[in-house]
Amino acid sequence: MSQTNQLMKSSPHVHDGDSVTNVMEAVIWALMPATAMAVMIFGWTALLVIVITTLSCLVTEHLFLKLRQRPSAIADRSAALTGILLALTLPPHAPWWMCVAGGVFAILVGKQVYGGLGYNMFNPALIARVFLLISFPAQMTAWPPVTPLFSEQSYSLGDSIAIVMTGKVGAPELADAVSSATPLGQYRTETGLGKTVQEALGGGYGGYDEVRAAGGLIGGSLGETVRCWGRWGGGYLLRKKVITWHIPVSMLAGCLVPATIFWTYDPAHFPDPTFHLLTGGLIIGAFFMATDMVTSPITSKGQIIFGLGCGLLTYLIRTWSGYPEGVSFAVVIMNAVVPLIDQYTRPRVYGHMA
Amino acid sequence: MFGFMHGGGESAADGGSPALSAIEMLPIPQRLYLPLRQHAGYPSVPCVTVGQKVGKGEVIGRADVWGSVPLHAPTSGTVVAVTACPTGHPTGLTQLAVVIEPDGAERWSEAVQGMVDPLNAAPSLLREQIRAAGIVGLGDECFPSHLKLTPPRGKRVDLLLINGAECEPGLSVHERLMVERANEILSGIQIIMRIVSAKQCFIGIEQGKSAAIQAMTQAAWGVAGVRVQGVPAMRPHGVRQQLVAALTGKNLSLGARLLDRRLLVHNVSTACSIHDAVWRGRPLLSRVLTVAGGGIARPANLEALIGTPLRHLIDHCGGLQSGVDQLFLGGPLLGQAVNTQDVPVLKSSTAVLSFLPAAGVAKPQQPCIRCGRCVEACPMGLVPAEMARRVRKGQLMRVAELQLHDCTECGFCGFVCPSHIPLLDTFRYAKWVLQAEKWGRQPPSVGGGHALSERDGTAGEPAVVAPPAVVMAEAVAVREEVTVGSASGKGARAVRAAHAARAAKAAKASRDQAK
Ligand code: SF4
Ligand code: SF4
Repeated sequence: MSQTNQLMKSSPHVHDGDSVTNVMEAVIWALMPATAMAVMIFGWTALLVIVITTLSCLVTEHLFLKLRQRPSAIADRSAALTGILLALTLPPHAPWWMCVAGGVFAILVGKQVYGGLGYNMFNPALIARVFLLISFPAQMTAWPPVTPLFSEQSYSLGDSIAIVMTGKVGAPELADAVSSATPLGQYRTETGLGKTVQEALGGGYGGYDEVRAAGGLIGGSLGETVRCWGRWGGGYLLRKKVITWHIPVSMLAGCLVPATIFWTYDPAHFPDPTFHLLTGGLIIGAFFMATDMVTSPITSKGQIIFGLGCGLLTYLIRTWSGYPEGVSFAVVIMNAVVPLIDQYTRPRVYGHMA
Repeated sequence: MFGFMHGGGESAADGGSPALSAIEMLPIPQRLYLPLRQHAGYPSVPCVTVGQKVGKGEVIGRADVWGSVPLHAPTSGTVVAVTACPTGHPTGLTQLAVVIEPDGAERWSEAVQGMVDPLNAAPSLLREQIRAAGIVGLGDECFPSHLKLTPPRGKRVDLLLINGAECEPGLSVHERLMVERANEILSGIQIIMRIVSAKQCFIGIEQGKSAAIQAMTQAAWGVAGVRVQGVPAMRPHGVRQQLVAALTGKNLSLGARLLDRRLLVHNVSTACSIHDAVWRGRPLLSRVLTVAGGGIARPANLEALIGTPLRHLIDHCGGLQSGVDQLFLGGPLLGQAVNTQDVPVLKSSTAVLSFLPAAGVAKPQQPCIRCGRCVEACPMGLVPAEMARRVRKGQLMRVAELQLHDCTECGFCGFVCPSHIPLLDTFRYAKWVLQAEKWGRQPPSVGGGHALSERDGTAGEPAVVAPPAVVMAEAVAVREEVTVGSASGKGARAVRAAHAARAAKAAKASRDQAK
């Protein structure tokens, strides 16, 4: 009886060849156009913010797994992805210590204390953003005007390093750099003072220009600004079947449908749906934040409910809460109800009654 | 409410399918190894002695109980041994087999006789003829056909469904049979309809297999009550639930008894062998297998004698490519890995596959990222990720609530899992443990298989270990309420309990190793 050296393993004997690393890499690639665009629009500071945040995520992941005596998992790219996502939620002139604090918090509290990849309840990048927003509201809402790379307004590399490293703008001529407000913020503050939407944003939304908004030439966090490019990346993920349409579509619908209803009802107090679509982080949130697999429902039915919830909460927060922007809060709140959604949206087992 | 479709991976799982090659007759090998257990139920009992000359089709293994079927000599020759031989079970365990050295004369035994006017014969005679020919379901189930053709008292069959889909992706056995032997299949169908007095028959063939559809439609022309119907190419139709749904629109759970809905499912290859058995008196002596995969030089569909060692098939197909380290008996999703080419072809074997290492199947396991692909892939509408999580936590009762028992072990979930989690193994393990508990055994981590069978007084039995497919078929048999003396017997129970114990041990060993 000759034994050959065949491997013994049990079925299935074939695999479609995908891996977690591939999935994470695909998402990172999908984020690349948006990331590159963010750097183009805000200059070297944006690059510094992205690099510092991502590095601190990677280092934290590595050290923590060392401490837990686990093999380092930075090769699975999930920490790098968290870092890039977090960076995209930060303001373009975020000081270095905020980037580091966010990165460490995202990995440590957002992920590893739960047991690492796959066990965390909240999207690590968003939970870190929420942490920063609550802890450092001033720095987190300092929106500099756009300063496209290689344009006249752009900062030199040296100035950029000074901005990110010292936390304040070094050169005197840059002093007014922290003065502009995002359209969402402007809308919230001014309508809060009793003005109509038109007055708040300028007649016919004069100060706010949809074309500029779509192209990303409006102040905001890195990711908010590059929404249009984010949508390209989202399309790539859909085509590659890394994500399905359920969450992005339902999240956009969850926000835009009520926006349309209220705007039709009273255009003086509620801005139109394109305003909601094109400002803030709705698009990047719908395609990249809410679709995080670990923290979203596992069935497609559940994903639709989840997406609708995220969208609706975003609209509610934007319109009636104390914060101008609600995507991160909305997604984090919905993360918390995922186990519940999962429990009630199990598919019907074949041949069984509901 | 949203009408989400769940269902397998269409052709995504094709393990390199052979280019529809016509069925070739494989030359007779030098030796045939015929294990006595080739079907669900009791093994047959050897009734030949070493040195005895046997004719083609002569009985070499007797079936003493109604639930068993006899085993025949696939060709004429001399019995050279009755001994233990490898069977392709992952444990590497052997079982009792009759070894025949063919004389090449192909001399038929006189006992082989066809029936004269089968379409007017009594059903009981037809059933006896089928049983005597050793016919078993030729999918993976290998359940004795005469039992399936015996509806219990008070049940009847209105609609016969004939499965023309392959058992697994990458195979083309059924398709070739339908193209080449459509008339025989139709004749077999008529005999089945006669036995169970079914008025109607639907033949389900995957859309896109136009040659097969054409051949079968032509053959079915003018045959009363028989209709050929295309079904969506959604796998696995080997799972009869999906076929039933596609053909009749009825949604059945795995546990549901088809007979309660007056349905009966057989597949085309079984129908073909029933024709041979009844009209020509030919016992089941050979079967068609797909030999394929990147490790095989020249993929082919071969008709091989039962008992032919895999080596002979592989050599006929140009041998294994160098560097190949995986060999499987069965399809890509359900097959058994085998570690020697001496394993013989059984009645239940559907394919021989071999993959190049580059197929990259084995990758280290990563944590579940809840991507939901397994949920999407599961044809039974289960949530594999959740079930696996519960098993890992040891919450087996919760797993049962998640309808673990509806898992058909199709393997699609593991096929798509980007984290390379051995989902199917996890479910098999959980099923075994739950089953052992149901039979009132001790928790399987205590004591080994041996102790259990000794307590039952069956330690003297040859070490017969049924492959999971057989265990599954037995479970199905019990569910279908077909009275199989052996399936509920003490011996079978001990075998299954031993199974559970062994599985638990293996799991524990791997846990220990992981520490
Ligand atoms: S396919 Fe694998 S990683 Fe994805 S949810 Fe299922 S078990 Fe988890
Ligand atoms: S093996 Fe079981 S759980 Fe996995 S896809 Fe098949 S039926 Fe579903």
